[in-house]
Amino acid sequence: MSEATPILEFRDINTHYGAVHILKDVNLAIYPGELVCLLGGNASGKSTTLKTLLGMVTPTTGDVVLDGEVVNRQPTSYRVERGITMVPENRRLFKRLSVLENLQLGAYLRNDKDGIESDLERIYSMFPRVKERLNQRAGTLSGGEQQMVAMGRALMAKPRVLLMDEPSMGLAPSLVQTNFELIQQIHQEGIAIFMVEQNANMALSIADRGWVLQTGRVVLDDSAEALLANPDLRKSYLGEVGGP
Amino acid sequence: MTSTIEETASAPADVTRGAFDLEWGDLIKTGAILGLGLVFMSLAGMPTGLDGRLLIDPFLSLGYVSLLWLPLIVGWSVANEKVLEGMVATRKSARDVVAGLVVGAIGGAGLSLLIVLIGAFDIRDPLVNWNEKTQAFLSFQRGTGFGVIACIVVSALLAGFGASLHLMPRRVRRAIVSALLAVISVAVFESFLVDVADPLSFLYTKTGGLLPLWAAVVAALALAMTLSGGGERIGQARTNFQELTGPAKTRQNTILIVVSGLALIIIPMITGKITQELLANVGIFLLLALGLNIVVGLAGILDLGYVAFFAVGGYTTAVLTSTNRGPDWPEWFPTLPWWGAFLVTLLMAGLVGLFIGAPVIRMRGDYLAIVTLGFGEIIRILFLSDWLSGYFNGAQGITNIPPADFGIFEVKGTDPRSVFYLVLFFAVISIYVSWRLERSRLGRAWMAVREDESVAEAMGINTVNVKLMAFVVGAVLASFAGAIFSAKVGSIFPTSFLILVSIIILVIVIVGGMGNIVGVIVGSIVLVGVLGGPKQPGLLQEFSEYKLLIYGALLIWMMLQRPEGLVPNARRSRELHQDEFLQDAWLKGKVDDADENGNGADSGTVAPGLAGGAS
Repeated sequence: MSEATPILEFRDINTHYGAVHILKDVNLAIYPGELVCLLGGNASGKSTTLKTLLGMVTPTTGDVVLDGEVVNRQPTSYRVERGITMVPENRRLFKRLSVLENLQLGAYLRNDKDGIESDLERIYSMFPRVKERLNQRAGTLSGGEQQMVAMGRALMAKPRVLLMDEPSMGLAPSLVQTNFELIQQIHQEGIAIFMVEQNANMALSIADRGWVLQTGRVVLDDSAEALLANPDLRKSYLGEVGGP
Repeated sequence: MTSTIEETASAPADVTRGAFDLEWGDLIKTGAILGLGLVFMSLAGMPTGLDGRLLIDPFLSLGYVSLLWLPLIVGWSVANEKVLEGMVATRKSARDVVAGLVVGAIGGAGLSLLIVLIGAFDIRDPLVNWNEKTQAFLSFQRGTGFGVIACIVVSALLAGFGASLHLMPRRVRRAIVSALLAVISVAVFESFLVDVADPLSFLYTKTGGLLPLWAAVVAALALAMTLSGGGERIGQARTNFQELTGPAKTRQNTILIVVSGLALIIIPMITGKITQELLANVGIFLLLALGLNIVVGLAGILDLGYVAFFAVGGYTTAVLTSTNRGPDWPEWFPTLPWWGAFLVTLLMAGLVGLFIGAPVIRMRGDYLAIVTLGFGEIIRILFLSDWLSGYFNGAQGITNIPPADFGIFEVKGTDPRSVFYLVLFFAVISIYVSWRLERSRLGRAWMAVREDESVAEAMGINTVNVKLMAFVVGAVLASFAGAIFSAKVGSIFPTSFLILVSIIILVIVIVGGMGNIVGVIVGSIVLVGVLGGPKQPGLLQEFSEYKLLIYGALLIWMMLQRPEGLVPNARRSRELHQDEFLQDAWLKGKVDDADENGNGADSGTVAPGLAGGAS
């Protein structure tokens, strides 16, 4: 773990949808430049965690802390401006808009024209295929290309933390591997990554640390190696049933 | 690339099938549908209602044309078989004509049955047109016995003729079709053509209808033009124009805009009042449609109560300019000249947009549509109410609205040309504003909200503010139309702002092509110009009674056949071609592996079809 102050932090977060208690006393911290993952099955509260981090859900108690500042009441745009960006589940591009428009929308809150231009160039060099498809509707791209555009769109916001909702969901097995390599590549540029995954094996193989969420509660919080070795986790998430 | 399809598919040789080797089940089904269509149209009263209007004196009335186009089209489409790649293509032969004849005969039999049944039963109570008049019309005024046979024969012949068009060489087919269309258009648009150029009246009889001799001349001209290759040349010129790129394209576009601008300024000077009035009405609805296009087309907010802003615009201008407004206005309340009132109107419309929008905009999809529908009616009912009749005169409305005086010229209803120029001025402004907005950061935010509201929010777009902005811009554009409308008509009543107006504006936007300015212009011309607005006559004034029927049919046909609108986005259609190209390449195994993987993984979510339209 790093000694620096975390960029994003959850302090004893509780959230409710109506009367239903979703997140229960959740504590998280994401430090600059690390790659962390949140594991959990269906309905464990993974998506709610992301929505709360991004400000689309307001916690009932507890604090969301961004750069040491409590931002519970601040809107999503405030957090996006300060470098928190999400790559949504299933990529969710704006399908009837062009690839270029999708990328420009990623930079919606930025005013530095030159910076946007140079970031566009950076993304073209990262994904040459994207450059070929600039004026095509995003919905007509193949799955792999859509993933590139979704990443590019998120990077256009100049993030310090990239929140990734199930990045391997809905991708062909061969693309999952490429996708994780892509994530590592982005991570190497110094961007912190907070990844929410069901594919625990793959996620832990590239992550530094991880949490395991079960019915809204963090049940495990450890380094990736330790989690991979954890017999409980192996049993419930990595599909290892046998062995006494 | 496309030329390789035949090689790789190695299509088997064409086959010719026997003349009676038919798919009887399909033919009977199509024939029955044709029959139902014919019976429906007859009972809707369109043919009998239009029988008095002669197209070619004395042979052909609009009534018969309005009914008999149906077997012709159905016959044509029966023989219109899509040739699938790699499948056996059937050579067009007598078999197709036989199919047309059969379908036409079955359809005609529906009408024959109707003739007989009208004689046998009396169910005039629910069906107004279940009467002798319809019976006589369908029997060509020659007795039911003749009619029963004639209906079958005429319908069969027309459908057979429609089918036989496929057997003709391309150029001959085009010539025949264009001759038919030319004669019918010249006949149908009689009053318009005479209004545009009075000398043309020698073509027609005094009671209306093209003289047979001139009908023949028009047909011959159209035939000659097409046969000499006019159609191909026009098509070629169009392709050349569309394929221009870079500075040449820009130059062409500039020339096009300047020429059409000049035409729009000059045309009203040389034409009569009917055309000027028509253009003014098209312009008013164009203004409304441009506004709604921002709300529905760009921001994806389905506003069914858009007429509310038209009403607010109209009433604000009326109240501020008329001497006959309600008695309860305080003494100090000013009476302004039109342009002064106009500025207040813009402000007022913006505020009302904000007030209606603020509570409504938080809803999504269907809920929002229903609530806006309610607000649209509430505004009208407020203007109609006794409660506010001291201000708005209730159903009596506000009269004595003075013309808009601009010093050099006055804009008033009796001079539709002046109205048109005022409308043109505002239309240019609206088009420019729409065009700039579409390419702005705000425009992109609107489209993002339309595509996926939650992702747009995650990008940091304040979706509520952005949607509210669309609502307000739409309201202000609608108030342009309202302000001009009250100066034009000189009086204003709650009945001018029925829900039908909202629906017609929405149909213009959908039929033209959502989120597309050129489409909206084409939509206003086609719907308001040709068919007519809710109360305004169009070119086809004879059809005004059946306007809503035609609107509905057109809307259904559009949704089925061209969901992207009459003028699809240029960019969008280009991408579709790209898509098709990729699919072809994939079929032929010429795509590299990565692409294939991607396609395989995601073929479910990337719909190459036209899922666009109403979202």
